[in-house]
Amino acid sequence: MTEISMVVNGKSVKADVADNTLLVDYIRESLRLTGTHVGCDTSQCGACVVHVDGKAVKSCTMLAASAQGSDVTTIEGLANGDLHPMQAAFKENHGLQCGFCTPGMIMSATDMVARYNASGKELTEEAIRDELEGNICRCTGYHNIVKAIADGASKMTNA
Amino acid sequence: MSEGIGASVRRKEDKRFITGKGKYTDDIRQENQAYAAFVRSPHAHAVVKSIDASEAEAMEGVVAVLNGHQLTEDGIGNIIAGWAITSKDGSGMNMGAWSALCTEKVRYVGDTIAIVIADTQEIARNAADAVMVDFDILPAEVNPEATLADGAPQIHDNAPNNQIYDWELGDEAATDAGLASAAHVTEMEIINNRLSPNPMEPRAAIAIFDEAEDHYTLYTTSQNPHVARLLLSAFYQVAPEHKLRVVAPDVGGGFGSKIYVYPEEIACLWASMKTNRSVKWTSTRSEAFLTDAHGRDHVTRAKMGFDANGKIVGFKVDTIANIGAYMSLFSSVTPTYLYATLLSGQYDMPAIHGNVRAVYTNTAPVDAYRGAGRPEATYLVERMMDTAALEMGVDPAELRRKNFIQSFPYQTQVIMNYDSGDFPGCMDKAQAAADVAGFAARKAESASRGKLRGIGYSSFIEACGIAPSAAVGSLGCGVGLWESAEVRVNPVGTIEILTGSHSHGQSHETTFAQLVNDRFGIPIDNVQIVHGDTDKVQFGMGTYGSRSGPVGMNAIVKALDKVEAKVKKIAAHVLEASEDDIVIEAGEVKIAGTDKKMAWHEVGLAAYTAHNLPEGMEPGLKEGAFFDPINFSFPSATLICEVEVDPDTGVTDILQFTTADDFGVIINPMVVEGQVHGGIAQGIGQAMLENVVYDDSGQLLTGSYMDYAMPRADDLPSFTIEHNNVPSPSNPLGLKGCGEAGAIGAPPAVINAICNAIGNNNLSMPATPSKVWAALQEVSTQQAAE
Repeated sequence: MTEISMVVNGKSVKADVADNTLLVDYIRESLRLTGTHVGCDTSQCGACVVHVDGKAVKSCTMLAASAQGSDVTTIEGLANGDLHPMQAAFKENHGLQCGFCTPGMIMSATDMVARYNASGKELTEEAIRDELEGNICRCTGYHNIVKAIADGASKMTNA
Repeated sequence: MSEGIGASVRRKEDKRFITGKGKYTDDIRQENQAYAAFVRSPHAHAVVKSIDASEAEAMEGVVAVLNGHQLTEDGIGNIIAGWAITSKDGSGMNMGAWSALCTEKVRYVGDTIAIVIADTQEIARNAADAVMVDFDILPAEVNPEATLADGAPQIHDNAPNNQIYDWELGDEAATDAGLASAAHVTEMEIINNRLSPNPMEPRAAIAIFDEAEDHYTLYTTSQNPHVARLLLSAFYQVAPEHKLRVVAPDVGGGFGSKIYVYPEEIACLWASMKTNRSVKWTSTRSEAFLTDAHGRDHVTRAKMGFDANGKIVGFKVDTIANIGAYMSLFSSVTPTYLYATLLSGQYDMPAIHGNVRAVYTNTAPVDAYRGAGRPEATYLVERMMDTAALEMGVDPAELRRKNFIQSFPYQTQVIMNYDSGDFPGCMDKAQAAADVAGFAARKAESASRGKLRGIGYSSFIEACGIAPSAAVGSLGCGVGLWESAEVRVNPVGTIEILTGSHSHGQSHETTFAQLVNDRFGIPIDNVQIVHGDTDKVQFGMGTYGSRSGPVGMNAIVKALDKVEAKVKKIAAHVLEASEDDIVIEAGEVKIAGTDKKMAWHEVGLAAYTAHNLPEGMEPGLKEGAFFDPINFSFPSATLICEVEVDPDTGVTDILQFTTADDFGVIINPMVVEGQVHGGIAQGIGQAMLENVVYDDSGQLLTGSYMDYAMPRADDLPSFTIEHNNVPSPSNPLGLKGCGEAGAIGAPPAVINAICNAIGNNNLSMPATPSKVWAALQEVSTQQAAE
């Protein structure tokens, strides 16, 4: 067992976890933040993406112990108020159907926009599609997810 | 902004999903919850000699290890197929037994042998690994043709040569005569590749046994919780219906794979009683690849004959359908009545004969996957049409136009009676939107860059709105396929709609509420859709086969009709007017042409206070209805795909994908287009990326997202969607259904486009770069030889 402490969605948390506990299991099972999903067991689908110290991470690929001292944001902690502009853009553009991949998509999307803004690069449709390589959706055919991210990016930039 | 029929209303259900507050089965936790893991077969075909669970049982935290012998002793029944298919010799199906936990024999890799219950998921999985099973390994067969041969391994004792049925539809003599008279006959062998449905939420179950009440609750990832309860009660003998509640909460996609009750749910329910613990099981993705019912897997030989004018004179089809190791719920009907009945496509065919043999192999069960039989029919017909056009040297669009059915109703030679459509209109709109006229110039431009550009068509029709109960009953279906609804108007005027349809991505919470808005002018925020819980909704047949619109929504409309009639009676009484003069508009109940009116909520209140109701009227405002359709509905479309192939690598880019669909009346265009996008993506996935592969010994080679190529964002283009809607005359709303269209129509459009680009018609799905490159080498070798 390892004692860990971190900040999740702005709150300090502390726990004793087994050394092999994955960050996603800690988030889902111990913190009961079930918006972060598990869609595969090979780190391919991206349903479990969260932000660790401001960067998108597949939380099934990281041990809870490795997040010691980190600042973690999950889908539940993304909005500062009602909805984050990217969340609003997913709704406005019908960027979700069953909703299962959606939290990971939104967490990847906000990270993508932040990186492109920081580097001054343009987030084109082609760039969005390339950047979504690590997130699988089976419902939408990505058409409206791509539209939602472009819309969310402009809303984030102009916010 | 309007919230009625035809408005692209944003979804009511979105907020919980985009904020991480959705409630999927695995998100639910019970007091005193234990976890299940399954001991599965590592062999494709083997005799189970003994099961030694002693080491597992001794592990700390293990509650129980239960096997199939105990399950059978407790009277748990075998898993059934829900549709009886009769062979052409009059015999019934050679159906082998499928127990939730195997006792004598295992028949595919992943087959369930024992269930382990433990205090944590990790302990359960470790203990499952510690169960020692002694096997006698038998030869296995995975190939649907080889499994029919004499000497092939016998998979079920009562299925000689592993054949389940040998079935036919249509007139063979007339078809042979048509082919004999043909000026040209196109002959093809077509393989429809095996797919894994892959909803992003893996299957899960939580079984809760209440000893004091002798009552079970099952939370599960189901597209049709009422059907699940019926099966678990009437057939699997877990508990009688009034002692079993099935809840399908938020479900993360289904695509057919969550229609069925699998061994795991049965075993979890039974184990919750045996251990007196709540039992939770969540599939890993690896287990999902092994055990979720697969789709497609047909081998077909077909001949299509044309007269000298290019009119079809006969179509003869011989299909072998791989059912896998066991007959899943709809496995028998998918390759028969959902397949051969669509062999006429959009074309006037005077003679058709389809023969289907269903066979067992040592692979995962195969059942309905998005489109279910209709994609297989469409791929066959539309590849035949393009190949025939190529062979006869005519334009593939013109060959289609020449054979399009022009007037309705149209009785096909294979049962279906098409009620409506506009096939040339869809072709016109698709060709205009895809700028077919400019294709030659675009092809030349590609050529100038050393690239090969191609265009491919697919004109398809499907039968949705499944289905008229008496009709399917006469064909062997074990249930009726109506849908139910209940409309509850509360005393304050807000409305609950209870529906037997289930939403797992289809947006029912929004579109069903739009029906109420359209009828009464009540904001959709004042309407709640209740579904997915057998304690709340009395019965329903669930969501599959694009039936929630054409069947489920029409049940709601029938119930709304009854509510409207009662509202008018109450208002007429209170306002002292004739019922015929009452109109309901914008949330108000008025006497037409006057300013006398009641607010909607005043009528609701009047119904429940019952102080001043018409003589003899019962209090309350709640009506139910069952809607049984009179015919299938027939969505159709023409899809056009334009690709560019890099001849050096075989890599194919889809540059444009256009579809012009006839879905009848559309409730919410945004939602319908979303359904089409997703369907097309799955169709492109089948055509270019996805393929379930077993090796000769029956080991699954594509058991993860590392090996099974799911379509990703950078594999796909944006899509252009046109509408050419002709309302269905077969249901009150005029709906046709849109959930499966893209998956049915897209594959042949893609393959026809690639074949057109590379100048070689010999290409199978999935058209991977290596296959396309090899097909290109065939062309250059041939050209060199000439």
